[in-house]
Amino acid sequence: MNNIADSPLPVRSPHVDDPKAISRRGFLEKLCLSLAGVCTAILAVPVVGFVIAPLFRKSPRKWVTMGKISDFAVGQTVNVTITDPSSLPWAGITARSGVWLRRETETEFIAFSVNCTHLGCPVRWMKDAELFMCPCHGGVFYKDGKVAAGPPQRPLPRYNVQVVNGEVQIEAAPIPIQTALS
Amino acid sequence: MKRTLHKLWRWFDDRLGISDLVGPSMYHLVPRDAAWWYVFGSATTVAFIVQIVTGVALTFSFVSSSSQAYDTLVFISDKAPFGHFLRGLHYYGASAMILMIGAHMAQTFLFGAYKYPREMNWTTGVFLLLFTLMMGFTGQLLRWDQTAAWSVVIAAEQAGRVPLIGDWLARLILGGNTIGGATLSRFFAVHVFIVPAVMFVFIGLHVWLVLRHGITAAPRAGQPVNPETYRKEYHELLEKDGIPFWPDGAWRDFVFGTLLILVIAALALWAGPPPIETPPDPSIIQAYPKPDWYLLWYFALLALIPSRLEGYVMVLGPVLVGIILLVVPLLSNKGERAPSRRPWSIAVVLLSVIMIGSLWIEGLRAPWTPDFEAKPLPVEVVGTGSGIVFEGSRVFAAKACINCHQIDGHGGQRGPELTYVGDKLSRSDLITRIVNGGVNMPAYAGTLKPEEMDAVVAFLQSRIRVPNDAKKADVSAKR
Repeated sequence: MNNIADSPLPVRSPHVDDPKAISRRGFLEKLCLSLAGVCTAILAVPVVGFVIAPLFRKSPRKWVTMGKISDFAVGQTVNVTITDPSSLPWAGITARSGVWLRRETETEFIAFSVNCTHLGCPVRWMKDAELFMCPCHGGVFYKDGKVAAGPPQRPLPRYNVQVVNGEVQIEAAPIPIQTALS
Repeated sequence: MKRTLHKLWRWFDDRLGISDLVGPSMYHLVPRDAAWWYVFGSATTVAFIVQIVTGVALTFSFVSSSSQAYDTLVFISDKAPFGHFLRGLHYYGASAMILMIGAHMAQTFLFGAYKYPREMNWTTGVFLLLFTLMMGFTGQLLRWDQTAAWSVVIAAEQAGRVPLIGDWLARLILGGNTIGGATLSRFFAVHVFIVPAVMFVFIGLHVWLVLRHGITAAPRAGQPVNPETYRKEYHELLEKDGIPFWPDGAWRDFVFGTLLILVIAALALWAGPPPIETPPDPSIIQAYPKPDWYLLWYFALLALIPSRLEGYVMVLGPVLVGIILLVVPLLSNKGERAPSRRPWSIAVVLLSVIMIGSLWIEGLRAPWTPDFEAKPLPVEVVGTGSGIVFEGSRVFAAKACINCHQIDGHGGQRGPELTYVGDKLSRSDLITRIVNGGVNMPAYAGTLKPEEMDAVVAFLQSRIRVPNDAKKADVSAKR
C-alpha cells in the first residue's frame, strides 16, 4: 500500500552511496533525533513531576480532637468520624474517615484504623461479641485489634492517642498500606 | 444532477486521495470461509466506539472533583434527559466490550490464528485486553460512590504488596496518603485521556496488522502452517477463491455489530445502569465494596486462596498470566491450526471459562462475607421460647455466631452450618471449639461468661436431626 515506488512524488532514500552525503545526512538525522529528545525532556520533566507530586506532599502531623474524655465510657468501643486536617479544600466528604476508639481504662485509650489489614475494607464493631468484622473477605479482629480469624495476617493498625485538657486526640495518619507479601 | 455529484466526488477524491487511502483496506481479498466466527473483533471495536461516544457525552455533565462527582452522577442518572440511558449504554457497552474481547481471544486461540505470520496481531491484542480491563476498573471508580471509594483503597492495598515500590505505587493510586481531593481527578485523567489514547494507537496497530497479514482462512486439519510457504499459499488461496472484504465479508460485521448495539441499548433501557448508592464518604462504615461483574471472579479468588500465598498471587499472578499470554505465539507459531488437532487448546479455553465462571459464581454468593443483617433465630427454629436453650439462641446472636454460622437457613455462611451440630459434636467438643476458636473462628474464651457458655452449648446440643427420644429408640433397636 505505502510502497515508496507508488508515491505520487519522486523520492530519494537518504542512504545513497556517497560517503560525504552519508556523513552529512547522518549528522542531520542525529540532530533531528537529539532535538526530539530535548523537546521530550522539556515536556516530560514538568509532566512527570506534576503527576507524581502527591507522593512528595508532606502531610504535617496534626492532632485531631475526638471528643471529651467524658464522652467515652470505659470498656466501650465507638466509631468516631474525623476530617483529615491536611486535606485539599475540594476534598469534601472524601476527607472524612472513621476511627474505632476504645476506652480501655480511666486514662487509657486505643484508636484503631477502620481499615482491615487484608485489603483495607472498613471493619465493623460487633458490640456484644466484642469483635471487629470485615465485610469484604470475612477478616475478624479481637477488641484489642489482634487477628481472630480470616485472611488478615496483622493486627488492626493503631493511631497515636493523647489526652490534652480533658480532650481525647489522635494523630492523623495515612491509610495504612500493607507492603509485606505474606 | 447525478453526473454533477459524481464529478464533484471525483474532484474531491483526486485532491483528498480518499479512494487511495481506504480503497485497498475496503476491497482487499479475504478468504471465502471467513464466516460468523470472525465477527468478535469488529464487535469489540463497535463496543469501543459506543464507549467513546457515550463517554464523551457523559463528560459534558460529569465533574471530576472528589466532592462533587457524586452529585453530578445523581444529576446525570435522575435529572438529565437521556442521562440514565447514556449511563446504561456506557455500562453495558463496557460489559459488551469485555465479553467480545474474551470471545475474540478464545476464537483466535482455538483457530490457531496467532501463528505465523500473525504473532504480533496476538501480542497487540493482549495489550488491548489489559487496557480494556484497566478501563473497566477505572470506569467503575469514576462512578464515585461508596463502593468506588473503597475500591481505590483495595487497589492501593494490592499495589502495596509489590516488592520495593509497593508503598510508592499505593500512594500514587490514592493520589496522596488518604482518599481525598487528589484521588478522583487522577483516575479521570487515566480513564478519559491516557488509556484511551494508548488504546487508539494499539487499535490502529492491530487493524494495520490485520490488513498487512490478512485474516486467516478457517482452519482445516492436515493443513499445518509452514512459515516457509505460508505467505505464498495464503496469497494463492486469496487469488483463487478470495472475496472482497467490502461488502462480501463486511456485511456480517455490520449485522452482528448492529445486534450488539441493540442488545446494549435494550439493557440500558430496561435493566438500567448500576445505581448510584451511598456517597463516597469513607467515614460510613456500613460498606460492602464489590467490583463490577467483570472483576468479581478476581475478588473471589482473593477470598479463596490461602492467606500465606495471597501476596504472591496478587503480585505475581497477573504478571504470570500476562507473560503466558504474550509468549503463546512464540511457543507455537507453526504447525496445525485446527482445534481437532490441538485438543489441548480446547481444554485451555474450557478450563479458563470454567475457572472464571465458578469463581464468578462464588463471588456473587460471597459466602466468606459475614451476614451483618442476621437477626436472632425465630422461636420456631429454636423450638422453645424460654429456658436455657432459648437463652443460648440469644447468646448465639448477640455474640455474632449467627453472622457466620447458618442454622435452618438463617445466618451467614462464613463458617460451617450448625443446623445439626448437636449430632456431630459432644458438649466438650463444642466448648473446646468455642473457647479456643480455629483457623477461621475467633476464640471466645475472654468474651463468654460461664452462664453464657452453658446456654449457647445447650442450644447447640439441641440442634439435632431427630429428637433425642427417637434417637435413643433407634440406638436400642439396633442393639
